[in-house]
Amino acid sequence: MIQNIPLSYFLTISTLMFFLGIYGFLTRRNLITMLMSVELILNSVNINFVAFNKYLYPQQLQGHFFILIIIAVAAAEAAVAIAIIINIYRNFKSIDVENVDEMKY
Amino acid sequence: MLNEVMFYLFALVILVFSVMTVITRRILRAAVYLLFVLVSTAGLYFMLSYNFLAAVQLTVYAGGIVVLVIFSILLTSHLSERAAMASMKESLLSALATVAGAALTLMTILRYGFTPNQGADPHYTITDVGTALVSYKRDGYALPFEVVSILLLAAMIGAIVVAKKERTLKK
Repeated sequence: MIQNIPLSYFLTISTLMFFLGIYGFLTRRNLITMLMSVELILNSVNINFVAFNKYLYPQQLQGHFFILIIIAVAAAEAAVAIAIIINIYRNFKSIDVENVDEMKY
Repeated sequence: MLNEVMFYLFALVILVFSVMTVITRRILRAAVYLLFVLVSTAGLYFMLSYNFLAAVQLTVYAGGIVVLVIFSILLTSHLSERAAMASMKESLLSALATVAGAALTLMTILRYGFTPNQGADPHYTITDVGTALVSYKRDGYALPFEVVSILLLAAMIGAIVVAKKERTLKK
């Protein structure tokens, strides 16, 4: 752990980052920027795992593997999402969520 | 002392560029700001001496995902184009919701007194992490490793199939 830096500082950073990601997700209208907000949210969760593992259970390795798997899932999610976004762009010539309402009832 | 200064610097960079990522109207700049956030997060991991995670963060997140995002931005929008934003009312309501959520969470976190573990910190090296990752014995993580490998393979094939041009259907 870092001298003189309590756990709650890390949690504060990650909380603020998480809710900034949520704000971006709610206000953005472009699919790629929404994806970037999701990346912010996933990243803030990773900071939580690292801080908890280091400060509360330094003998364990669980934090490492949670993060590795979250990063792998984030990479998979980004790849699939970007494939879908490019396909949407081909069909609609735009990636704003407002224009993609073909399947909306 | 130096550790504290570095921590506050990383924290400042993370928060400022997170804000910039969600409010800037230029999409490409948002991607670059996201890169700064991810790199300073890797810096935080380095400070906690989680070298393996920091390296993974740098290569996969900062190196892979951001490049993917930048490529797709270049493919799908013009550089001069400004991102459309939500209406004033929607932005206000979202800001209200997120500020309320953040306040609630922060209040809970700051009130709860975490007692740090005073036990010895073994300082796992990359070798320890790698050995545990592919070990199938007790405290090994071979199963989640395999599951995530299958997931990555499936996602890769899926991404190729989805993004492929369908020539036969158009005719």
